[in-house]
Amino acid sequence: MSDIADRVKKIVVEHLGVEEDKVIESASFIDDLGADSLDTVELVMAFEEEFGIEIPDDAAETIQTFGDAVKFIQEAA
Amino acid sequence: MRRVVVTGLGMVTPLACGVEESWSRLIAGQSGVGPITRFDASRVATTYAAEIPFGDGTDGTFNPDDWMDPKERRKVDDFILYGMAAATQAVKDSGWEPKTDEDRERTGVMIGSGIGGLSAIADTAVLLQEKGPRRVSPFFIPSALINLVSGQVSIRFGFKGPNHAVVTACSTGAHAIGDAARLIQWGDADVMVAGGAESPISEIGIAGFNACKALSTKRGNDPQSASRPWDADRDGFVMGEGAGIVILEEYEHARARGAKIYAEVLGYGMSGDAYHITAPSEDGEGGYRSMAAALKRAGLSPADVDYINAHGTSTMADTIELGAVERLLGAAAAATTMSSTKSSIGHLLGAAGAVEAIFCVLSLRDQVAPPTLNLDTPPEGVRIDLAPKAARQREIAVALSNSFGFGGTNATLVMGRGDR
Repeated sequence: MSDIADRVKKIVVEHLGVEEDKVIESASFIDDLGADSLDTVELVMAFEEEFGIEIPDDAAETIQTFGDAVKFIQEAA
Repeated sequence: MRRVVVTGLGMVTPLACGVEESWSRLIAGQSGVGPITRFDASRVATTYAAEIPFGDGTDGTFNPDDWMDPKERRKVDDFILYGMAAATQAVKDSGWEPKTDEDRERTGVMIGSGIGGLSAIADTAVLLQEKGPRRVSPFFIPSALINLVSGQVSIRFGFKGPNHAVVTACSTGAHAIGDAARLIQWGDADVMVAGGAESPISEIGIAGFNACKALSTKRGNDPQSASRPWDADRDGFVMGEGAGIVILEEYEHARARGAKIYAEVLGYGMSGDAYHITAPSEDGEGGYRSMAAALKRAGLSPADVDYINAHGTSTMADTIELGAVERLLGAAAAATTMSSTKSSIGHLLGAAGAVEAIFCVLSLRDQVAPPTLNLDTPPEGVRIDLAPKAARQREIAVALSNSFGFGGTNATLVMGRGDR
């Protein structure tokens, strides 16, 4: 797994309090990992902070799964 | 009017996490005051406070993991954490587990705070300045709002009745219990989770109360001697933190389910000073009227009161309250005991009235009045027993608790034994 994916996974595990093996590419933050809408806002902020990028609101809405997040950050970073 | 009884207790105090642990240490004359560890206090005038003993959860220590999981804790300021811990204890102690929608809708929550998420507000203001608005957490507002203790408690237990929060500075806890009892009397609910929670031990909290000249500053070399209500050498209050929560229940409802009844809420009185933002009037007439109103509601006379848990913060106002109490009691003062448990746990602001109401409940149960620590030199000519330094075993059928807050807001609760 890439360095970016590892760092994203670490943030997801910390913020959502989930087991690491649940954080798979297709895992939806809301449907599979127990996040609510406020959790997803905070996750996006944590990604911005960790990777020094800006994720506009309309782009943030497309980040639904762990895989979406890794893909977006790989392209943006 | 429907009768209201106390059927569950919960608390987190500077003495311990838990009701029995806090109570036994209080009666033994222990102090919860020590040097400030929660933040670097080198810049503020007061370097000591009454902090909750954090630890692994054994021997009366407070382990946050026992009460909220780390994921949820990141979304709340400490006052909500303390409130959740005390409410969870109280609900468990009461044995009240609503099984039907109707039972859930007849169970409400009224937990207040004097200031709420002061640390969250201060920290976020700094973050905003340093990193800009896009870094403000979506959990900032719900972590700081005072009514979010009531909100979080209702969500955890599914209590769907009235959901309310009191904000009356240092009278908050007493007002919350009194107002919640009224909701039960009026039939808006059969069971209420009521009390207060506070976490003011932060640099901004200490600096703010230092600026008001309200805190003790002179006892850094012996912090446990700093909270000394009525003593000639007192120099201000000692900041505390924590939460006190009671389960209030309509009498027949409690009887029908065979609940343990600790005490009955007999009377509740309120008044306003209309005088000054931080000081009571010299004659203490606001506190006097609050006590008189509570006794009138209870249908009792001043001579019926056996024990008074005073507001008694260890400030100049102590003797004003004492004067009002002695005027109210008249000749009966000689047979009454009054103490200030703030001498042991400091001043828990919005949680103080609730914690002190619980101490009154336990004084009724165990027939013992807690001591006033550090009272070396009582006011001259005092006629009432102030229980200096040692608890008093004595008959207690009626207990009264006073709470007075900034803004001139006064509340008094009168409670009687559960077996009367």
